[in-house]
Amino acid sequence: MNTIPEKHFLNEEKGLKSWLLTLDHKRIGVMYLYAIMFFFLIGGLLAVVLRLELTSPGTDFIEAETYNQFFTLHGAIMIFLFIIPSIPAALGNLILPLMLGAKDVAFPRLNLASWYIYVLGSLFAIFAIVSGGVDTGWTFYTPYSTESAGSVVSMTMGVFILGFSSIFTGINFIVTIHKMRAPGLTWFKMPLFVWGLYATAIIQVLATPVLGITVLLLILERVLGIGIFDPAMGGDPVLYQHFFWFYSHPAVYIMILPGMGIISELISTFSHKKIFGYKAIAFSSLGIAFLSFLVWGHHMFTSGQSELAAMIFSFLTFFVGIPSGIKVFNWLATMYKGQISFEAPMLYTLSFLFLFTIGGLTGIFLGALSVDVHLHDTYFVVAHFHYVMMGGTVMAFLGGLHYWWPKIWGRMYSEKWAKIAAALIFVGFNMTFFTQFILGTKGMPRRYYNYLDQYQPLHAFSSFGSWILGAGFVVMAVYLIHGMLKGKPAGNNPWGALSFEWTTSSPPPTHNFEETPELKHGPYDYDKVLAETTI
Amino acid sequence: MSNHTHATHLAHHFADEEQQRESAKMGMWVFLLTEILLFGGLFVFYAIYRSWHPDMFYNAHLQLDVVMGTINTVVLITSSITIALAIRSMQVDEQKKAVIFLIITVLLAATFMVIKYFEYSHKFELGQLPGKFYTFKGIQGSNPHIFFSVYFAMTGLHGLHVLIGMGVILWVIRRAARGEFSSEYYTPVEMTGLYWHLVDLIWIFLFPLLYLIG
Repeated sequence: MNTIPEKHFLNEEKGLKSWLLTLDHKRIGVMYLYAIMFFFLIGGLLAVVLRLELTSPGTDFIEAETYNQFFTLHGAIMIFLFIIPSIPAALGNLILPLMLGAKDVAFPRLNLASWYIYVLGSLFAIFAIVSGGVDTGWTFYTPYSTESAGSVVSMTMGVFILGFSSIFTGINFIVTIHKMRAPGLTWFKMPLFVWGLYATAIIQVLATPVLGITVLLLILERVLGIGIFDPAMGGDPVLYQHFFWFYSHPAVYIMILPGMGIISELISTFSHKKIFGYKAIAFSSLGIAFLSFLVWGHHMFTSGQSELAAMIFSFLTFFVGIPSGIKVFNWLATMYKGQISFEAPMLYTLSFLFLFTIGGLTGIFLGALSVDVHLHDTYFVVAHFHYVMMGGTVMAFLGGLHYWWPKIWGRMYSEKWAKIAAALIFVGFNMTFFTQFILGTKGMPRRYYNYLDQYQPLHAFSSFGSWILGAGFVVMAVYLIHGMLKGKPAGNNPWGALSFEWTTSSPPPTHNFEETPELKHGPYDYDKVLAETTI
Repeated sequence: MSNHTHATHLAHHFADEEQQRESAKMGMWVFLLTEILLFGGLFVFYAIYRSWHPDMFYNAHLQLDVVMGTINTVVLITSSITIALAIRSMQVDEQKKAVIFLIITVLLAATFMVIKYFEYSHKFELGQLPGKFYTFKGIQGSNPHIFFSVYFAMTGLHGLHVLIGMGVILWVIRRAARGEFSSEYYTPVEMTGLYWHLVDLIWIFLFPLLYLIG
């Protein structure tokens, strides 16, 4: 019979102060988890309202100006306050030191500071919402963002501050992975989630400062009129797009790479089989991180960059397909002849494989110049982006959340309800967004408040899908919270996984391990371990 | 806090002093990398507009005071030497000397800011201001206000880093004066030194790019 240890990181110290001043990476991870789930809820509700408005043409529930603010907020909240910190700062903080057999991250105080900086940045974003809103889209393109009446300065200041939170997490993780590994845990014995976080941290550290200076210049342009992005003063608005995408393209890999890391864990655990092509998966993460810096121009095929530049960017964009493909094929090869079991984390893993592959392939469509001219700024782009970010990252995040939920709280959730929610989310997601691929190819432009009658049936179908998707999340919230409070005790290792975090109790003690763990086998040596247990 | 044993400074999650020191160093180097990328955006800003308006950039840079710029360069390089000497003094357990070198460093930093203040106020008086506030007439070439946007953005962000550096050095002086450091443990002094060298290094690039256009 599994029991919950008497003392663990959640109850060893009590009171609000013990949380707000904690230096424990697990508690900081939990605080991040609460924060990002809150913003995921807000961003999700905004999305449902947007879909509701689009169910039929014309004005139904909200005015056009409100609509513009809502899609901007949906994008900005989901990107900067949810997806970017979701896997690294919440799950990564919780699990990374455990996976390395360490007592904490390298810089615990910096870790706590990054959470407060995140909160400060989110307060700026909230202030922007209540003081007039922002209607520029989450990309803040000039010249509109320098002229729009909304609170662009407050919102972009929030983005600037949130960037530092992301940078500090990145620095912390790089140093932690280099310096804090348990004795015997060499680079190629690390779990692949750690490789994913490492590649992510490199991008966070190299790309985010450029976003910082970009929004700083945007703020200077708006407040002081320095002329850098203003054509009337000899400036260049396209330069803003270059600056912005030099960060924001790598940023989508900040979002997807840790998700790919989670998938590598889950595939191996639930296929009960050694991961296929460990090194290929590890290096392809670094390959994606490297390529991410060379493809920003593919967001600007129609912005008037030179034809030569467009051709080179298009060519380089296709290259991203190679490391991504390497990963997908290695995951499939891992599943081949494995003993696959279909618990909730594995269902999200399979969803990821389907949806990410569709998202990735449609990315190749958009990377082709002639096709992109046709599809640019249509719902096809919206669908592609949601297949990669929601079908990819969010599915991986949910898989990881279910996988480590018993480790965090020491209790299981209801597997039956988890399966129902996973099915609702998969079906609802495809209804909502596959429809939008079709809408896009038929010419429906993104960010439009109104549309021609001919698009109505598809829009209505997409909105209907969003309700099923939303219902799936409501179910999930109920059983996850119920499991966290009242679920059956999970025991140290409910999934029979082999990495370090499963050797300690659930929830782990404040110092993670009773004694520094020793590496007996690699994180995926199911063949060895199974052979030993049958003898 | 005057106790210099190992246990005093070793945080609970590190195995030994070396792991702790190496981690701090690596973290600082990665942070400096992010600083270079932050300034990198401004260097791109500079490169693009100079390539578009080479003559204007030449004419506008004549308005900058090369003498003051040169003095400031010497001041900053000297401050880099004094902070390096402070670290050296820590290594050989001469804490008092280290404090004196740190005080000299912060005074040199203040000198830099004072000179910068006079340069800025002179520009303000002449209307050599960024973007839409630019009112000066007397520079040949298109869009001379852009040069001053670049100038104030680059030197402004750099000046901000000097001010932050002064704050950090003052904090280190306070801790050093209380005898918290020794040859066993002086990581904060060393990290501050690394940061200060970067601030210095960025100025060494800013000075020729802005003051010495040929």
